[in-house]
Amino acid sequence: MNLESFIIMRHELVLTLAFIFILVAEVFTGERNKEKIKGIAVVLFAIVTAVGFLPAATGSLFGGMYQASGTTTLMKNILNIGTLIVLIQSYTWLGRPENRDRIHEYFLLLLSTLIGMNFMISSGHFLMFYLGIELATIPLAALAAYDRYQNRSAEAGIKLILSSTLSSGILLFGLSMIYGVTGSLYYPEVAAKLSSVPLVVLGFIFFFAGMGFKMSLVPFHLWTADVYEGAPVNVTSYLSVVSKGAAAFIFIIILFNVFPVISVTWEKVIWVIAIMTITIGNLFALRQKNMKRFLAFSSIAQAGFFLLGFIGGNQLGMTTVIYYALIYIFSNLAAFGVVSVIAEKTGKESMDDYDGLYRTNPGLSITMMLAMFSLAGIPPVAGFFGKFFLFVAAAEKGFYVLVTIAVLNTIIALYYYLLVVKAMFINRSDAPIASFKSDFMQKLGLAICIAGIVVTGFASGLFEMIRNLSYGI
Amino acid sequence: MMTDFGYTTWILIIPFITFLLLSFFGMRLKGLPAGITGTSALGVVALLSWYTAITYFTGGGIADGGFQKIVAANAVWLNLSDHLHIDMGVLLDPISVMMLVVISTVSLMVHIYSLGYMKGEKGFERYYAFLSLFTFSMMGLVVATNIFQMYIFWELVGVSSYLLIGFYYDRPSAVAASKKAFIVTRFADMGFLVGILILSFTTKTFDFVTLTDINGPAIASKGGAVFMGMSLMTWSMIFIFMGGAGKSAMFPLHIWLPDAMEGPTPVSALIHAATMVVAGVYLVARMFPVYYFTAPEALHIIAWVGAISSLFAAIIALTQTDIKRVLAYSTISQIGYMIFSLGVSGYGGHDGLGFMASNWHLFNHAMFKALLFLGAGSVIHAVHSNDMKDMGGLRRYMPVTNITFLIACLTIAGVPPLSGFFSKDEILTAALHHNKLLFAIEYAVAGLTAFYMFRLYFSVFHGHDRHYHHTPHESPATMTVPLIILAFGSVFAGFLPFSRLVTSDGAPFESHIEWSVAIPSVAIGLLGIGLAWVMYRKETALPDRVASFFSHGYRWAYNKFYIDEVYIFITKKIIFRRISQPVAWFDRHIVDGTMNGIAYVTQSVSSMIKGLQSGQLQKYGYVFITGVIALAIVFIYLVK
Repeated sequence: MNLESFIIMRHELVLTLAFIFILVAEVFTGERNKEKIKGIAVVLFAIVTAVGFLPAATGSLFGGMYQASGTTTLMKNILNIGTLIVLIQSYTWLGRPENRDRIHEYFLLLLSTLIGMNFMISSGHFLMFYLGIELATIPLAALAAYDRYQNRSAEAGIKLILSSTLSSGILLFGLSMIYGVTGSLYYPEVAAKLSSVPLVVLGFIFFFAGMGFKMSLVPFHLWTADVYEGAPVNVTSYLSVVSKGAAAFIFIIILFNVFPVISVTWEKVIWVIAIMTITIGNLFALRQKNMKRFLAFSSIAQAGFFLLGFIGGNQLGMTTVIYYALIYIFSNLAAFGVVSVIAEKTGKESMDDYDGLYRTNPGLSITMMLAMFSLAGIPPVAGFFGKFFLFVAAAEKGFYVLVTIAVLNTIIALYYYLLVVKAMFINRSDAPIASFKSDFMQKLGLAICIAGIVVTGFASGLFEMIRNLSYGI
Repeated sequence: MMTDFGYTTWILIIPFITFLLLSFFGMRLKGLPAGITGTSALGVVALLSWYTAITYFTGGGIADGGFQKIVAANAVWLNLSDHLHIDMGVLLDPISVMMLVVISTVSLMVHIYSLGYMKGEKGFERYYAFLSLFTFSMMGLVVATNIFQMYIFWELVGVSSYLLIGFYYDRPSAVAASKKAFIVTRFADMGFLVGILILSFTTKTFDFVTLTDINGPAIASKGGAVFMGMSLMTWSMIFIFMGGAGKSAMFPLHIWLPDAMEGPTPVSALIHAATMVVAGVYLVARMFPVYYFTAPEALHIIAWVGAISSLFAAIIALTQTDIKRVLAYSTISQIGYMIFSLGVSGYGGHDGLGFMASNWHLFNHAMFKALLFLGAGSVIHAVHSNDMKDMGGLRRYMPVTNITFLIACLTIAGVPPLSGFFSKDEILTAALHHNKLLFAIEYAVAGLTAFYMFRLYFSVFHGHDRHYHHTPHESPATMTVPLIILAFGSVFAGFLPFSRLVTSDGAPFESHIEWSVAIPSVAIGLLGIGLAWVMYRKETALPDRVASFFSHGYRWAYNKFYIDEVYIFITKKIIFRRISQPVAWFDRHIVDGTMNGIAYVTQSVSSMIKGLQSGQLQKYGYVFITGVIALAIVFIYLVK
């Protein structure tokens, strides 16, 4: 193994470099210049994102522990885009006085979780996968508790770390059973030696529960609402978009690469979990009045929709999962972006506060409306195509009942997404949120999201590109 | 030699950009500058159109001894299947080039005229924005390379007409009229769409060049499968004509046009006299080979619809007292002529006389009818009323309007050597060769036309003065110059060698005046004028005596044969009460009830399970572990 082959893991390397750079910069900046770190960090991360798009060799390292392919590169790039938007959206919030002395912490923690996610996606060995998932989770708990003087934020951190401990325990337990049956942790070897014995199924279900926790699938989702509500808005958007997307990516890779032998079993498991997740997520979202909680539950339901792409084990399925994740990143970050801007300016987070928003802040209202339309899947915005292809992918394999239930659920989802639109455009309010001007970074973040929502829906070439990089069982 | 006509796309682009500019920045331009922007942009379009026409007709479009269809630009817009795709492009052939000239010229005149007529109106910039939108849509309609593009622009034309009729949106009558126009034409367009769908189903193409190629697959198919006694092609062509009949206000879909006179008068001149309303004629002319070779029955229907509309509208026009409504019915009558002329036409060479005459009449009519409307606008501008009873003796105050209006009246009455004489003569000749009864109807209409036009002329410009609020005065130059230009057009358009330019198969032929038709038709025209002279030049009791002699007939005609009432009876008494109300009941009680039930169940389930989300971490862990165990039990022991 020579030095050049390290270029295969350029995503992780540049991220680590950026991480070290920020750490060093923090040490060497004076007390008065601390705030400049956030500008440096955002620019640095924009470079990291750009580097990810440079063409480079693919292959495996460390005897197959690490592997990179066109698919993993694409996935990492999508995560980078999401993270970049989150960083841009956090920019204003980080400038607050109470955050001044720990701006660098935010970036360091965020970058380390992203490094973890990248390793997780590129893993070729369960141990590597486990290291990645832990690296991606533990700093997240610290991030959730970032507003540490607020009880809600601290509570969110504690709940996240304790729940993740539980899920990691179960996940490891499952992996150990699989190791016990196959005698290996390398993906190809496990895949080759796997058989449909009860111990493997049990191990798979334990593994599934761990992934279900990361993707917040029902019934492993209960932490989601409390953590999402308690954590700072930008951390919540990161959790619900990037972290969830990463989990979905690695999950589909492992399902397709390691567990094809027991695909009959996992199709059934996913069938049940998908219906439960979509339905229960929707039923809870219906009742929420707090915008963050509302988005948390709606994102649970959205995670259920991802499963529709998993279940067929077909190439179209993987394509739509990646495509849907991309759309979901733009749409959900647009929604969180608006919530974050409003929370930042007025401290208001309740849906009732949004009454009559269109009259005072038409730009934000239209952005929110686009995001809601995209999340609900109304044509012609991107979300419609994402959902449509997911349904096609599942229907192609004959899961008609599942698709029917999912379609019915989109109606419920439509209802609650439109509630937000109704509040902004139709409801009148005696004391609406006063008209205000967003600053440049907030506008930039939202503009990227809007462009994403519009472009991903209309650029059919994008879908073709993802399709070429995807594969089935 | 074929020339490259790629620049013709600018004829579409310029008005569209003007529309965008005026709609987004019009408010900042404040009045007159907006009008001048719109007018000068249209001047460029008119120059381009004329240039296109001259190059096309003087050689740019000629190959193999005839004018060819030239696709100047084309882009695939939507790919429906391997064969079927919707394109956007520019198609040039004699009729589309002729229409470019008609539209751009009349539109330019109206733009200039409106600078004076609409001066100081609220929403001046909006008016010009809509005019640009209309011009863009109408141009897109005529240069469409395929029937779907035509349909899209057809609807855009409908929208801009709607916007312009309802320009005075604070007047309830204008709002009602714009809605009526939109709904009636939309209803007709439904037929158009059905026709397009059947057509594309039978022929697998939307493309005009393929469709109208007489050796092409569409015409070779001889109409396709038979349904209820007629071929699918015939059905589709009848449905397509339904759209044309709606836009061209043919009986019985004509009811919107008289009401559309609520719009500003220059708009009536542009849209409801010269350009949009002849879209139906253009549609049939565009598809003429298809009609002729695959759907002769449809062509027969077209001839009768045209003849009946022209007679019917002419009779109503005899009795109306609103100056614009008389002109509106006269428009219906004249478009009836054109449609009729297409219906009796043959294909190729001298057989295609009706086709040529129809287009020629369209061209002439655009000039003299725009002139009549703009003249009427000038009068209305002077006396602030639409009613002929408030007008009289205006020739002393408005010399230019008087002379130009007189020229237009003589033209429409078919007095030689004005342009109307030539085209009407050709139409009647074509009719005579086809069917004697239809000829007789159109011959009678020629007399009626002369009579009602001169009834209008004499009662407005001759007779006594009325009690005017202020002395009427001639309109400003922005209004009279367009009148003069259009008057020149009306006089000299008859000398254009149309039979060598616009023919059914593109090949020129020689036409000559058929004296055996021309002399009687001039005679009946003069008879009509003479009668009008006797009855209306001086105010006498004669008209009232005549009216009371025909009292029943007069009342029927005055009330437009109660067609509006028939529509109201059908919609309100039959459709609303018998069909809509039961449907509404079903919708309100059964459909909504089911939906409310589902919503109620969803809400209650949602509140039932809320205990799950307690906020207590130990409970979350409990649910987590329970979930894992349940999954394990189910998938290891129960479902294998």
